[in-house]
Amino acid sequence: MISFKDAAHLIRLVAAFMIGMVLFLVFRGLLVPKTFGEFGHYRGAALGEIAAQPVSYAGHDLCEGCHDDVLRLKRVGRHARVACESCHGPQAKHTEDPGSIVPPKLDTAVLCVRCHAVSSSKPMDFPQVRAIEHSSGRACDACHQPHSPRIEVNGKK
Amino acid sequence: MNVTRRKLLILLPAAAVAWEYVLARAPESSPNYNAAEHWWGMLLDITKCIGCGSCVRACQLENHVPDAYYRTWVERYIVQEWGFEHLSVDSPNGGKDGFPATPDGEGKSFFVPKLCNHCADSPCTQVCPVGATFVSPDGVVLVDKKYCLGCRYCIQACPYGCRFLNPETHTAEKCSLCYHRINKGLTTACCEVCPTGARQLADLKDPADPVHEFLKTHSVQVLKPHLATGAKAFYNGLDGSVR
Repeated sequence: MISFKDAAHLIRLVAAFMIGMVLFLVFRGLLVPKTFGEFGHYRGAALGEIAAQPVSYAGHDLCEGCHDDVLRLKRVGRHARVACESCHGPQAKHTEDPGSIVPPKLDTAVLCVRCHAVSSSKPMDFPQVRAIEHSSGRACDACHQPHSPRIEVNGKK
Repeated sequence: MNVTRRKLLILLPAAAVAWEYVLARAPESSPNYNAAEHWWGMLLDITKCIGCGSCVRACQLENHVPDAYYRTWVERYIVQEWGFEHLSVDSPNGGKDGFPATPDGEGKSFFVPKLCNHCADSPCTQVCPVGATFVSPDGVVLVDKKYCLGCRYCIQACPYGCRFLNPETHTAEKCSLCYHRINKGLTTACCEVCPTGARQLADLKDPADPVHEFLKTHSVQVLKPHLATGAKAFYNGLDGSVR
């Protein structure tokens, strides 16, 4: 069996290494977030934090729960697939407190041309108008029902 | 209690397990949502996009995106019909307020809505030095803003230009695919308001999702496929000039 006469320097070396390891583990434990590595190389708790962000757009399903009259009107028209909040804006607050938070009335002269102003970049089959020629500045809802607009072709609806 | 060396050696691992259990917190995610059952992407139909900017406005309102920064935006391409290299692209205010009239007779023109492609093999998450950005178990590229240093590596790494540094928080920011909405069974804000259905949230793991039928029956392309990023924003009617 090999015996070391002067082993003290080896013991000091091992002790210094052990202290270093302990310090490393202590700092690592303190500095690395607890959920880091739960699902991958990131903080697992971040998923829950991102998912907890409040919603601003309630979604048309929620709107249709109360406004079934509008839904019936929309369903038969060209705007059947246009979601409520596409025109009315985010209404999650209105769904939480329908009594006191009421969406503002919309100005169709501004609203409709956002989509329907003529542009050669738009798909050809999309209905487009030159607002000035089409209505000379009158609000669109003077003639069209915004929830269920119709397009007249050769005088027929 | 007389603790022998044998007892101590048996107790130490048990104590370690117990300590881990004390440290671990209960997961906070939505109760009825199982991330393993989803793999999110988006379907964008250029043949339907009218450049109204509803998606850009909705994204800003839903996610409190600072003005002049965009998590999603719309580009207008005007391309000479015979050459992909002769084109002009504009996106005034990200397309948020729509577009001015397109000059006639300058070639073909169309709108391209853009957002994070939620790459399965994303270049941006690979370069993050601290693990602040990652691909979630359901395939969404997210930013942990509490952990982000703001070093901007990811912004340079994204080949699609989808990231920016939030001027208020000084952390990287990008489309989260409305992770807070899709967790609750809602669609994203941009898809919710798109009036023509040009944008549709797609769950690639859900066999009932109509996206599968669409992908089977259409010629669909992703942006910069040669980069092999595993992009999950699928474009229908994508012109070769689009970068």
